[in-house]
Amino acid sequence: MNAPRNYGSKLPPPMAVLLELTHRCPLQCPYCSNPLQMDQVKGELSTVEWKSVLAQAAKLGVLQVHFSGGEPTVRQDLAELIRHAREVGLYTNLITSGVAANKARLDEMAAAGLDHVQLSIQDSDAATAEKIGNYAGAQEKKLAFAKWVREAGLPLTINAVVNRRNIDRVGEMIDLAVSLDAARVEIANVQYYGWALKNLEALMPRFDQFEASIATVEAARERLKGKIVIDYVVPDYYARVPKACMNGWGQRFMNITPAGKVLPCHAAETIPNLHFDSVRERPLAEIWAKSSAFEAFRGTDWMPEPCKSCDQREIDWGGCRCQAMALTGSAAEADPACGLSPFHAKLRGMAEAASHAAAPDFQYRRITPRAVTSVGEKKSDSPEPVVG
Amino acid sequence: MTEGAAVAALDLQSRPRLAPGVRLKYDTARECWVVLAPERVLMPDETALEVLQRLDGTKTVDALVAELVTAYEADRDEILADVTELLNGLLEKRVLAL
Repeated sequence: MNAPRNYGSKLPPPMAVLLELTHRCPLQCPYCSNPLQMDQVKGELSTVEWKSVLAQAAKLGVLQVHFSGGEPTVRQDLAELIRHAREVGLYTNLITSGVAANKARLDEMAAAGLDHVQLSIQDSDAATAEKIGNYAGAQEKKLAFAKWVREAGLPLTINAVVNRRNIDRVGEMIDLAVSLDAARVEIANVQYYGWALKNLEALMPRFDQFEASIATVEAARERLKGKIVIDYVVPDYYARVPKACMNGWGQRFMNITPAGKVLPCHAAETIPNLHFDSVRERPLAEIWAKSSAFEAFRGTDWMPEPCKSCDQREIDWGGCRCQAMALTGSAAEADPACGLSPFHAKLRGMAEAASHAAAPDFQYRRITPRAVTSVGEKKSDSPEPVVG
Repeated sequence: MTEGAAVAALDLQSRPRLAPGVRLKYDTARECWVVLAPERVLMPDETALEVLQRLDGTKTVDALVAELVTAYEADRDEILADVTELLNGLLEKRVLAL
């Protein structure tokens, strides 16, 4: 484990950092990306501490900051943090459920220099959406929030997480995003770890539903070309090649928890025996370069077969470590989403069984005694070449 | 007309500009220009950068091409074809707006 890491002589700076400002959220989506054990409000970083994180991130070479949670707008200092992020040169993105801030607060964030808003919807159908988020009246609030975003002149992305309850309405969700004047819509199938894994049977769509959703997305892309960008994140359980999770562990991305722990991905705490450094104890640049959790799966040296000799190893980076942990019992296995993984058939079998079982009730996300959100799945932070 | 027709087509009199939420910035850490956009970072090559830096929302495609023809002493048709392809690609990605 102590051999020189195979990522070149110089570690590149991270591209993006996602700040989980809080784990508090009015919604309780059963696929929330937050951990099962959530941070309490009393442990959250202060305004001064978050500002220091932003300044350190910019200095380190981070280009974009995502303000997320939980529901980030429950933090009353959000506009102040956005202003500070812009002052230190960061691109600012708000990832929100849209149910906890009024128009005045959104305008305050826009004035502070907010660059972009990602608003989650749980479904185009209000009744199902509110069942998923376990929050009556959420849809009306979200639609109003989307309107305020556009009125403030901010570009809007709609994030929709799809599952067996709503996947048949992917087309309607895209149409809803168009009607809200979004420039982009991100349709992401649930990623199964943490809360979502507890709700596997309640969420997993059938393979035929998934195939139909692909056809719908492809037709919509053609129909709406130049009008809206549609990103579709397919479910790992029905894939044959793994995603380049985080564009490689510890290569582009950092996730910071409400209490200041720095993670290579939002679900990294599901992997036992990793030690995560806190911004309260160590400078961010040092954590990026030296934290043992970041070093654990950075590059390709940690890889066993079939990854080790695979010509895709620097393309998919072995896929998702957390999914490998959850489904094989070892975080150093190849992602079972890969057709070359010995666990691949098991993964597909789980999906088939879960999706054909009667759907049980949701086990809602909550901080004891009460609780929280969904934000959309995180997207790649890979730089793309523009060829002139 | 279909919904798709709502998309303005690029022509010589179009005045493209960076779309809302998109910024062109010099990145001191990486020592290169970057385009910051929702959920993505683009790294323009020399030609793309040359074009992006000349777009201010008031300049027409026609004027842009004329500038490049002078700057590079190149064939107008060739420049127009390259610029049109680049701009259409960036419009489709919503990096540019008309």
